[in-house]
Order: sequence, then C-alpha cells, then structure tokens
Amino acid sequence: MLKDITIGQFFPGESLLHRLDPRFKIIITCIFVVMLFIGDSVWGLVIGSVFTFGAIALSKIPNRLFVKSIKPIFPFLIFTAVLNLVFISDGDVLFKWRFIKVTEGGIETSVYMLVRIVLLIAGSSLLTYTTSPIALTDALEQLMSPLKKLKFPVHELSMMMTIALRFIPTLIEETDKIMSAQKARGAEIDSGSLRARVKNLIPILIPLFVSSFRRAEELATAMECRCYNGGDGRTRLRQLKSGGRDFAALAVTCAFMGAIIAVNLML
Amino acid sequence: MSILKTENLTYTYSQGTPFEKTAVKNVNLEIEEGELVGVMGHTGSGKSTLIQHFNGLLKPTSGRILLEGKDIWENKTEIRNVRFKVGLVFQYPEYQLFEETVFKDIAFGPKNMGLDKDEIERRVRETAENLGLPQECLERSPFELSGGQKRRVAIAGVMAMEPKILILDEPTAGLDPHGRDVILGQIKQYHKKTGNTVLIVSHSMEDIAKYADKILVMNKSELFCYDTTVNVFSRSKEIEAMGLDVPQITRVFNALEQRGLNFGKQVYTVEYAKELIMKKLRERGKVTRC
Ligand SMILES: Nc1ncnc2c1ncn2[C@@H]1O[C@H](COP(=O)(O)OP(=O)(O)O)[C@@H](O)[C@H]1O
Ligand SMILES: [Mg+2]
Repeated sequence: MLKDITIGQFFPGESLLHRLDPRFKIIITCIFVVMLFIGDSVWGLVIGSVFTFGAIALSKIPNRLFVKSIKPIFPFLIFTAVLNLVFISDGDVLFKWRFIKVTEGGIETSVYMLVRIVLLIAGSSLLTYTTSPIALTDALEQLMSPLKKLKFPVHELSMMMTIALRFIPTLIEETDKIMSAQKARGAEIDSGSLRARVKNLIPILIPLFVSSFRRAEELATAMECRCYNGGDGRTRLRQLKSGGRDFAALAVTCAFMGAIIAVNLML
Repeated sequence: MSILKTENLTYTYSQGTPFEKTAVKNVNLEIEEGELVGVMGHTGSGKSTLIQHFNGLLKPTSGRILLEGKDIWENKTEIRNVRFKVGLVFQYPEYQLFEETVFKDIAFGPKNMGLDKDEIERRVRETAENLGLPQECLERSPFELSGGQKRRVAIAGVMAMEPKILILDEPTAGLDPHGRDVILGQIKQYHKKTGNTVLIVSHSMEDIAKYADKILVMNKSELFCYDTTVNVFSRSKEIEAMGLDVPQITRVFNALEQRGLNFGKQVYTVEYAKELIMKKLRERGKVTRC
C-alpha cells in the first residue's frame, strides 16, 4: 500500500540523533554525501559504512525501516549495477558472451556503486527519520538566511516547503481513500494494458486534484484569517539552540571525512 | 445460513512499525440476509476498518470473512466480484465523484460490472429517482450540485450496482438535520423495496434507533455487542458509560424509572414512548381518548 512509503517520514524519538540541532544535522548530512563520493577505495567505503551504521545504531530506529526505504529503489540498484558491469571495461576479462564483456574493473565499480547508493539512501533517510518536518524547514530557512541579502525569498520558500511536507501524509491518505472508494465501485487500478492503466488513473486523479485545490483554498483562507503576511517581523515559538553535543557530532563527522581524505592520499 | 460472517477477525495497521495499531480485535459476528444493521461506536473504535473487510478492501491480519458461506480471500481473483456483491459507500463519498456528468458517474460501477447499455441506463435512472435526483440533473456536472445532492449521487453510484449487501459509512455526516432525515428515509426505502441487507455506520443514536433492526456496537477495537435494537438499548447504562449517547427518549425513560415510574419496557423511539404513556394514562383513567 501507499502507506508503506517511508522515505521522508518522521519517527518521533528521544535518541541522541533526534536531539541534535537540525541545522547541524543538515550540514552533517551534506558532509556525509561528499564523504561517500570521494571515498573511492575499499577503505573509503568501509569508513563510510562504519559512519552510517554507527549513526543508524544511535538513532534507535528499527533496522527494517531502512530495509523498507531501500526496497522501492531496488530495481534502480539492479539496473545501475548491470549497466556498470556491462559497460565498464578495464582490467582482466572474466567472462565473455557475444558483445558482453564482464571485467574485473566493471565488477569493482558496480559493487562500489551499489554500496554507495545503499549507504546514501540509508544515511540520508536518517535525517528525515529523526527530524520533524517543521524543524527541518526551520533549520533550512536559517541556514539559507544569508541569501536574503541577495533578495532571495528564503522565508517564502521555506513556508512552501513546510506546507508541502505537511501535506504529503495528508495527500497519501487521501489517495489511499479515493483508491479504495473507486475500487469499491469495481475500478481496476493495477491491471490491463498501459493505455488502460492510464485511463484507470482518471477516477483517482480528478478527485485528488479537486480536493487538493479545495485544501489549498481553505489553508489560504485560514492563514489570512490569522493575518499571515510573510516573514517580516515574525518571531518563532521554538528557537533552535545548538550546544556541545552538536559541535561534538560535527567534529566526529569531520574526523571521518579526514580519515577518508587521508586514506585517499595514502593509496 | 448467514449472508456475512466473520471468524476471529483481527486487523493491524502499519504492522511492524512504531505506528502499529490494532484497529479490529478478534471480531466474531453473523449478519443474516435482509437485516438493516446499525453500526455504532466511538470515533476510532474501528467501525470503518471493520466494514472495509466486508468487501475485501482490507485483508484481515488474521481471521476469516465468509460471504454466503465462502471465504472471500480463498480465491484472490474473485475479489472484484465480492465488491459487486457487497457495495461500500465511504464516508464523505462526494469526494470521489469524477465524471463529466452525474449519469456517467452513477454508471461507473455498473459499467465496471460489465452490464449492457440498456441495463445500465435502467439502473442509473431508477436509482436516481429513488434517491430523489431529478432526471434533468443527470446531464449536469456533479461538481455543480449542492452538498446534499452530491452525497446522493455518490450513494446512487453504489446502489446502482444493486449489491446484496449495502454498507454506508456515516452517510449523514456533515448534513443538516433535514438532509439527514431525507437520506436515511431513502436508504430505509431502498431496504424495504429490495429486501437486501443494509449496514449503516453512524454515531447518531437517534437515527439508528429509528431505523435499524439490529445494532452492532464497537468499543476500543472490539465488538461490544451485536443484538436487536431493544436488547442493545436495554444496556443503555453500559453504552452511556462507553461515552456514547443513547436516544434522548431512552434517557427520559431511564430517569422516570429512577423516580419510581416503571414501564417495564425498553423505549428508544418517541412514537413508542407516546404509545406507552398514553396507555398508562388511560389505565389510570386520566385520559379517555387521544
Ligand atoms: N489508514 C490507517 N493507518 C493507520 N491507522 C489507521 C488507519 N485508519 C484508521 N486507523 C486507526 O485505526 C483506528 C480505528 O479507526 P477507524 O476504523 O477509522 O475508526 P472509526 O471509523 O470507528 O472512527 C483508529 O485508532 C485510527 O487511528
Ligand atoms: Mg470511520
């Protein structure tokens, strides 16, 4: 079911990761992504894995949720692996059939790529799993606030993101409900030819659009009733505060980054 | 043989996540053909979850559902036919309207059943008429109609499939008192005319007491009781303790009983109450004619 989509979902908790300042978590996640891509050797990936699994353990979020978050991209993973396997040719040829050549270099690259993508998804899911959407957009707004000087609409953008994030679960629920309602009238949703399938989407998409517009209008009215007029002079109910543990977490991340750079230089 | 039967029906949402929630716990019940059943219970007591099992929209976590004695999940490819036999009208069904015209929207279900054109036409016109939708309204867009009319179009869309069991999830939610009476009256009419089984989910006791032969009460994911209306309201104290309303007239009679005026009967409709009171007064010679 649609309900099983876990990417972008927040799982409330009390772990160290949950309590970190979201601004630091965003920065750490950025460093983490860079870390995975410059770690170009076995050791680089090992360090990256230690970091990811360490963070997952600290988050106290059940492991099967991470498995679930990777499941939907499984076909994509296979596809990438096969592509790398077939098209990269350096090193010894291990296997040959007509025009397909599998080489040592190909295997190496595809394994690296697989590990990297899996770590990337698991690690970055951790950001949204442990941070509430509100905290996340607040943090983004503050991190981007220097851009305000360049007349970049930071507040508007973050408000839009907050609203979008807020409505993802609502829309998923709504879609689920509409799908059930049409199935109850005998609609076939996942069968038939491609043409038939596209046509079968109409009974779901139209009510979904209609209700999204209705919701948008209601929300706009509700915001106006509370005199919302943009970000100028707005104060926050919850101030983001950073403390010792945030800097410690950042330091640990930098240490891992340093280790990967060191490994790269040595090899 | 009962038309619908559940055996140890249990359903858990989001199993295996921190959001795990058992919404229906070990429900056993048997619904006989032709009954009009009221389904009651607090918000969140599992009513909607329970009824979505009856037409196979949800698959039980454990337990079975038997439709006319056959397990509906025995053959997965047959599940669509189950949906034609058990029609389900969701809460706020007007949000599922999508066609260009009311006619086409009502015809969506019958068309999916593979009926021929004449039969579809007959069913759409007949159902629309039964629900008090004028013929000229059939060619209009469903989005132009009033709230109450939209609701009736959506209900018609399921009724036109002529299901053996019709289930309506809070069909009167958000309607004004008049619209509520009209729709419930039409549903009662449908039940009388077709003799089909009808289940109405509602938390308005007054409505249920007025229309239902039997009542099913859900409480905290469990089946509290399933019995005739009289028997259910004879437990009005327990029902009130659950935080549900019993009909006002039942409360009046309970209070009279506390003050020593005992009628020895369970009262849940105003008509019946009037009859009892008149009888009592006549016995005492206070009134000679009504
Ligand atoms: N799609 C869903 N996912 C997770 N939990 C749900 C879902 N639908 C309902 N629930 C939960 O199951 C319980 C029963 O809900 P429901 O069957 O809708 O009750 P009712 O119709 O009696 O108000 C509630 O606690 C509700 O929060
Ligand atoms: Mg409900």
